[in-house]
Formats: sequence, structure tokens, C-alpha cells
Amino acid sequence: MSRLPEQPGERINRNRVISFTFDGKRVEAFEGDTVGSALYAAGRRTFSRSFKYHRRRGLMCCAGNCPNCIVSVDGAPGARACIEPVRAGMRVEHVNAFPSLEVDAMSVTDKSGPFTPPGFYYKTFIRPRRLWPLYEKVLRNAAGLGRLAEEQPEREWRTEYRRRHADVLVIGGGAAGISAAAAAAQLGADVVLVDEGPEPGGRLLVEESREEVRTMVQAAREAGAEIIERGSALGFFDGLVPVWQGDTLHQIRARRHVLATGTIEQPLVFAGNDLPGVMLSDGARRLAAMYAVQPGTRAVIATTSDRGLEAAIALHATGVSVAAVADLRATPGAPASALAQLGIEVLPGHTVIEARGKKAVSQAVLAPVEGGRAGTTERTFDCDLVVVSGGAIPASSLLLQAGAQTRYDEALGHFAVTDTPEHVAAAGEVVGAGPRDAAADSGRLAGLQAAHALGFGDVDSRYAEHALGDAIARAGDRRAPVAVAPAAIGVDRGKCFACVCEDVTSKDIGIGIAEGYDSIELAKRYTTVTMGPCQGRMCQVPSVRVMAQQTGQSLGDVGTTTARPPWVSVPMGILGGPTYEPAKRSSIHGRHRELGGDVRWAGDWRRPYDYGDPQAEALAVHQAAGLIDVSTLGKLLVGGPDAGEFLDRLYPNRFSNLAPGRIRYGVISSDAGRIVDDGTICRLDDESFYVTTTSSGAGAVEEWFSWWLADWGMRVRLTDVTQGLSAVNLAGPRAREIMSAVTDLDCSNEAFKYLDAKHAQIAGVACLVLRIGFVGEVGYEIHFPAAHGEHLWDALLEAGKPHGLRPFGLEPQRILRLQKMHILVGQDTDSESTPFGAAMPWIVKLDKEQDFIGKWALEHYDGEALETSLVGFTMANGYVPTEGSVVTDGNGTPAGQVTSSRYSPVLDRVIGMAWVPAALAKDGAQITISDEGRTTQGVVQTKPFYDPEGEVLRS
Amino acid sequence: MSYLLTCPNCGVREVNDFAFGGEVSARPKSRPTFRELNTYNYFRRNVAGVQREWWFHRSGCRAWFIAERDTRTNEVLSISRPGDPKAPS
Repeated sequence: MSRLPEQPGERINRNRVISFTFDGKRVEAFEGDTVGSALYAAGRRTFSRSFKYHRRRGLMCCAGNCPNCIVSVDGAPGARACIEPVRAGMRVEHVNAFPSLEVDAMSVTDKSGPFTPPGFYYKTFIRPRRLWPLYEKVLRNAAGLGRLAEEQPEREWRTEYRRRHADVLVIGGGAAGISAAAAAAQLGADVVLVDEGPEPGGRLLVEESREEVRTMVQAAREAGAEIIERGSALGFFDGLVPVWQGDTLHQIRARRHVLATGTIEQPLVFAGNDLPGVMLSDGARRLAAMYAVQPGTRAVIATTSDRGLEAAIALHATGVSVAAVADLRATPGAPASALAQLGIEVLPGHTVIEARGKKAVSQAVLAPVEGGRAGTTERTFDCDLVVVSGGAIPASSLLLQAGAQTRYDEALGHFAVTDTPEHVAAAGEVVGAGPRDAAADSGRLAGLQAAHALGFGDVDSRYAEHALGDAIARAGDRRAPVAVAPAAIGVDRGKCFACVCEDVTSKDIGIGIAEGYDSIELAKRYTTVTMGPCQGRMCQVPSVRVMAQQTGQSLGDVGTTTARPPWVSVPMGILGGPTYEPAKRSSIHGRHRELGGDVRWAGDWRRPYDYGDPQAEALAVHQAAGLIDVSTLGKLLVGGPDAGEFLDRLYPNRFSNLAPGRIRYGVISSDAGRIVDDGTICRLDDESFYVTTTSSGAGAVEEWFSWWLADWGMRVRLTDVTQGLSAVNLAGPRAREIMSAVTDLDCSNEAFKYLDAKHAQIAGVACLVLRIGFVGEVGYEIHFPAAHGEHLWDALLEAGKPHGLRPFGLEPQRILRLQKMHILVGQDTDSESTPFGAAMPWIVKLDKEQDFIGKWALEHYDGEALETSLVGFTMANGYVPTEGSVVTDGNGTPAGQVTSSRYSPVLDRVIGMAWVPAALAKDGAQITISDEGRTTQGVVQTKPFYDPEGEVLRS
Repeated sequence: MSYLLTCPNCGVREVNDFAFGGEVSARPKSRPTFRELNTYNYFRRNVAGVQREWWFHRSGCRAWFIAERDTRTNEVLSISRPGDPKAPS
């Protein structure tokens, strides 16, 4: 156990011990630990095996940036142990090593290094082509970052979106971000602060006491800023910033942005720079300061800036013995004198050229750097920790996505941000404002500016803004000088990794360049450098340096690869989010459940497909009576003086001449003459029509109607009553008798004819009754206020009991309507179908005096030879072809398709509908159907299969 | 695509509250040739610049309105209702 005594900034609760498992073994941790800190405290040094060579990798950044500690948590791969908070009972497992982390068979690839240069897999496994599926399987097992379980019933994950509009969004909760949020909020702006750390504070978390950081954050919170903790800003999309926090994707839109995203400390590229025990200085400090875990007992430190010197002082204070410090600068920075007082040797102009060790670091070799190469006066130190700091690059991805530019800064050896766009300010170390106080000042200034730009504040605050701006300008750049690290050093001593995610060494990049991949974007795609989990955080600058060195270009000329979202690896479930399209249920839904209905999705609706026996249900409709819930039909009230003319303009047939109390079928066509939807239209009185649409087309038809109404500006009111009204269809030879038991309405055929509509009280409920015949028997479609759904359903079932009434579901209805060749729009038609092709020329009234939607196209198609036509067919052999089967012409060429097919129990035959070549669209024609390899014959029929003349319907 | 749109009835909303109805194009007044009809049905000007277009507040008041939007910047310059009904009844 390597826990330190209590540290001022520690965020663990030593009074609460919790345990989890790693690879099945129990690990104890304190509340507040991360998986990484707990495992490290328990002595674990190897956290993963590398992508290609299966080398041991240990904690390096401790900030969720590098790939070294990727583990799977409770079966979900891709978690970074170093930032994953511990939870009691969590199941943590290693990834990408077999049989275990300690004994990994694939690590032989490390020894065969020269045989696996970049492009090795593409070059080697391309031939013979037929073996690729086998190769692929083997390679997929060899490389990877974990495995997604195929069956994950326990991982149903409910995520949500949240939309947040704010005045100012501050991204990054370090010294600059907290100051910016507080300053803007204090002036009255609505501020959101997003921070991805374990808690806001950024580097203050390791540099300050916990109380001090929390006091600063509390000040921002008390000023009114909303603080989103443990949230990652994923990208910058036209000012919309999605922020992933746990189960929530915040979609934050602000009028001003302050980006205080800080910097990312860089590794050094030297031999063995990936050994467990080689750690970034911030990582080592985080372990010690935040989790009270001693990163090592004896350390060698190599740095290019004061950051590493400060780390040496801090680590020394925690009891780490510092063997030596190599500062690449010829003149080490100010903290060197403090180190000298501690008796720690600082070697100017030196760096680390090799880390040695089998399972972890045991020795480090330091040498002076002369002209980019290691000098000969090397010194070797025993150590179990190599702390490196290769400078810090701006975490500029979001700024670049927002439109900022970068420019290579020779003095700093990195790409600095320039030209931020108007509504986006950058503050803190991301734009070079550091150290701490300078960062806080620049944040405060950015916060004041953002609030002032939006009209907040007063004369005093504006004066304060100017005074602060002047003070910052006077202070100038307060950063200590840095040295630029060589591209790679010690290359003849071992592998120097430029990219630890993808196991790309500096030599690999050189090989890529030699093969012609000599631009950074090409090298990226060929060697996959920057394409791994760190997304360039650790490897962008090192790979650019290698490329510059080997091509002789300047770093500015090499440039960087494009910054793209998302900033952190994000689960698909968070992006998918909920659809906010809740399931629709009719008011009778509960009864369908009680009756044992097989409830399934039908578009947005939940509908009973059948109640156990679809064929018997269909037969009941023919022999006695059936009752089906058709509440899902779209229902529109169209009223007003121009209502009739409005419908005449929307439908190819006429409605203005429809008598009140009568019903007419209508097909809606687009201006291209294609079928959009169908339904029945009933005229209630002179100025009002009741329009029904298909269940799935209800919303689209309402949009279509209201769009044309908006364009035409007619005296028409549209009211969508789809949800307000329920409907049931009572159909069958006994339907009339059943009706007489529940209503006083005269339902005799003389008084209530086919296609009549009447108002009536049924079981005490005011209903609109439409006598229509979708299912082919005498039928009454009863529409009524949805609140009475169960009452009316119960009353009808009760009245029908002595007559053999059965409820029937969607599936029997499909059989029944198919017997009548009543089309289902979208099933039997597609976006190319015209009323002529669908064998409904009678629906098109081209002699209508006024224009209607689709008229011109239908005029064009009228009389034009059809290529295919929709017909019915029967099967002699009893085979039910799959819907979608191909209808072929004489030569076996596809020429149409089966759209519907069912066994009809009342006819004891297989029937269907299909689009067939026009020449075959006649009774008795033979069609050939090819159903996934099976070829079979059908016979065309153009008249309905059941009651072809409609005598039953009209009886 | 992500920006704000102002519904004339409901006010400022995220653009994905709305359904896009395409650029405003005049339906031919009299019988078009087949080519003119196909142009009307299938061809769009697809301008890079300010465009008059239809929007439908699908997740809101379900009204259609017309916006003038710069397709290059997604800046919405104006919002208007289509011609008011002549005599609302």
C-alpha cells in the first residue's frame, strides 16, 4: 500500500472503504478514489496491453487523456481507469490481453517489431483475397480496445437530452474558467460553467488545498452560475455545444462563449518512453495530491519547463526521493534554486534518453542534448518512477472548431491559438495566460467582456474591465521560458513511441514518409498516428516534430490535422438519446390487453395484431360479426365556407357536390401524381367535412392540408381530432342486429344505406356512424369522444354476445381487406404509384372544372401506357409468397413485386396483390413469382376476391 | 445544422422543433408543360445565400410560416406568416 498521509488537496474519504473487483479479484478503495488510483495504491503498475505490440502500459496522464488505462467497467469497454470513479461492487476488467494482463501471448509481436511496420496488415494480408475473412477474424482478436458484449439485456440505458439557453457558456473550470463564470454571473448574466474534471478546479486541484478551490467555485455558484460538473463539451456546432454528463446530453446554446480549456501536458519521445512508471508530471502530482497515492519511491524527472521542476518540489514534499532532475533548458528556471536547497541535483541541458526495466521502470538514462542528439556523457539512475514533462500544448480543439486558427510558436514549440471568432473568447492557459494568477485575471477579463457585450454591468464594472485589461497588458507574458524537445531521442536504444494509442514509433513515421506519406494528413491515415483514443492529445505534437525533423520542414509548414468533434470518446447511446415520440395507445388499449391481444408496434401506435386466432377472427366477421378498434385512423374536421372547394383542390375527385350525410372514398395525390394517402370523407353539413386518413399518415396529411391552406388562404378551419375521437368498426352479417340492441337509430338498409353517415346515440354516447365496408361485410364505423372508449367497446361486445361477436385485430383486418383488394397506402403503393397504376382511374376526375393538386401530372399520365399495374392474384399451390417477392417477366427479369399476400380462410385460397407488367394485368394471366430462390406461379385476378360486385356490402 | 428559429406564434425555439418545407416556389398558375411541371416538382434552386423557405412548427403550434434564411450562415433574417386568411370565420 502506498497511501500518503493526509494531503491538503485530497478528495478521498478515508472513513469510507468500498470494494470492487479487477479481473475478478477484490480491490479496496476509499470513497472518492478513481479505479486507477485505487489499483495503483494496491500496487498495480500494468493497466493495459498496447494496441499492436501488447506491451505493458501503466498510468501516464491520470487525466483521462492517454489510452494506457482503458478498462471495461461492468461489461462496457472504453472506460479510463484514471478518471472512472469507484463504485461499490463495480466489475472492472482489463482489455486487449490474453490470457491475462500479466501473461499476454500476443506480446511476441513486440519482439518481432521489424516485421510489423506501418501498413503491415494491409500489405501482408491482402492476398489471397479469399482468406481475408479469416485474417480479419484473427486480426480483430489481436488488436482492439475491448469487446462489446453481444447480448446486453442488463445494459438498457436511458439517456436524455436537456436544452439550455444561456447568456454565457464557460468551458473549463480551472482558475480562468471559474473566474470568468463568477465575473459574468456577478454582473447578472445567466452563466453555465462546464468542467470535465472530478470536480471543478483544473490544475488548482493539485496545486491548492481542497477548501481553497471549493471556496472559489462556491463564489461562482453563489453569483448564480450553473456549474455542470463531470461534463465534457463534445464539440462546437454553430454555437451549440453538446455537453455529455452522465446520462444527460446538455445541448447548450449561449450568446457568448468563454473557452478556458487549459493545456495538455506532453510526453517526451525516448527509448522505452511507454514503460509503466513513466508518468507525466501532472499525472504523478494528481495521484499524490488528489488521491494521496505515492506514485513511486525514487524518481528521475525530465522536463522542458518549470512544470517539471515544480513537480519535483511537490513530489519531494510527499516523500518521493528525487534522484535527479534533467532540465532541457541551458538555464533551468527559478524553481531550480529551491531544488538545489533541497539537495536535488538539476542537470541543465539534459534529458532522459532511455527508460529501462522489464515489467516497469527500474533505471533511467540521462544525457546532455547536443544538436538534437544525445551526448556521450550519459548517467544512469536507479528509479521506479520517471516523471516527464515535454511542455504543454493548448487544448484548442473546441476553439478551432469554433473557427479560431493556429500558428506555430517557435519559442514555445507548439501551435498557439490565434484569431478567435467574435462571439468566442479564450482565457487562461489555452491562450498562454499563466500561471495561476494570470490565468484567473484573463478569465475575469473574458467574463466581464462577455457580460458587457450582452449589455450587463454598469459604468463601474466597465471601468474595472478596462483597468484589468490594462494591468494584464502591462504585466505582459509572465510565462517562464521553455525548451523545445527533440523529435525523438535514443532511437537506437529501443522503441520510441510517438503515439502510444496505436503503437506508432518515430521510426514508423519515418517509414511512412519514405513510402511517400509525407504530409501530416496522409501520415495520419497511413500510420494511424493521432487516430487512437487520445485523438492527438499525446501524439499530435510529437508526430509533427518527427515529421518536421525527417522531411526538413518547419513545424509550421507541417501543420496539424483538423480538429474534429467529439472532444472525448462518447457512447452512442448518449448521442442517440430519446426520441420523444411516445407510444400512442387508443382509449380502449387496456381492454385489448385484458382480452389477450398480441400488442405490437404499428407506426407510433401500440395495436393488437390479433387476439390469439387471426383466421378464426376473420371468419367470425363473415359468419357473425367482428369488432375492431380503429381509433388510430387520422381524423380531421374541415370546416368553413370554402371547405368543399378546399377538398376539391386537394383530392383528384369531387367533394363539393357530396350531399350532407354521405361518404366518399378519396385518394390524395401529390403534384407529381403519386398517391400520398387515402381515406373516407364524410360531409356532415354544408360547411363541414369529416376526413379520415390512414393511421400512419395522420400527421403528414394534417401537415399537407395546413400547408396548402397556408398557401391558398381560403376560408377553412382545420381541426385535428385524431386523439380526441376514438373509433371502432362493427362489421358482419349480424352487425345490424347488434346495432339495434344499442341504439334507437334505424339501421335498416333503406334508412341507413351503404356510404351514409348518421349521428346517433349508442349506449348513451353521441356518435358519428359511417356505413363503410373496408373489411367487406356490412359495417358501421363508429366515431365518438375518446373518453368513452372502454364503455362503448364493452357495450358493443355485450350486445354482440348472443350473436357471436368477436373482437378482431389488425392481422385479420388485413386478410379481410385483401379479400376486397382495398389497398393499403405504403404497403401496396410506394412513392411512384399513381392512381392509374393502382387500378383506380375512376378516382381521378380530370373533368373537374377547377385545378387540383396532381391534376397536371395525372392529365399527363392519363391514357399513357402503364409499365406496371396493381392487380390481385391467387396461388394454385397454396404457397404464400413473402411480401416483397419479385414478379419476373418471361425472361426471368424482375418486373414487379408482391405487395400483400395472405391465406384467406373464407375462400380457402392464397390471395395477394402485386405490381405486374401491364401486359399481364388481365384476369387469368399467369405470373411468375421469385421468392428468395423459390419460383412459383400465380394467376391474376382484377376483381375483388370476395363479393366482387359489392352486393354483400350494400345489403 | 443547429440554430434558432422564431415561430410567429410560439417564439424562439431550437430548429429541430420544426420541419423544413423547402424553398418557396410558385406553383404554376396555368397548365404547365411536362418539363415545367417536372421542374416545379423536382428541381430546386438550392441557393447559397438568402432563401425564402417554408417551415412547420411540428413540435409546437403546428403552423406553417415563411422564413428568410441565409443558407451559408443559417442566419434567419425574417419570419412571416403566409398571406392572412381573407376573412377568418
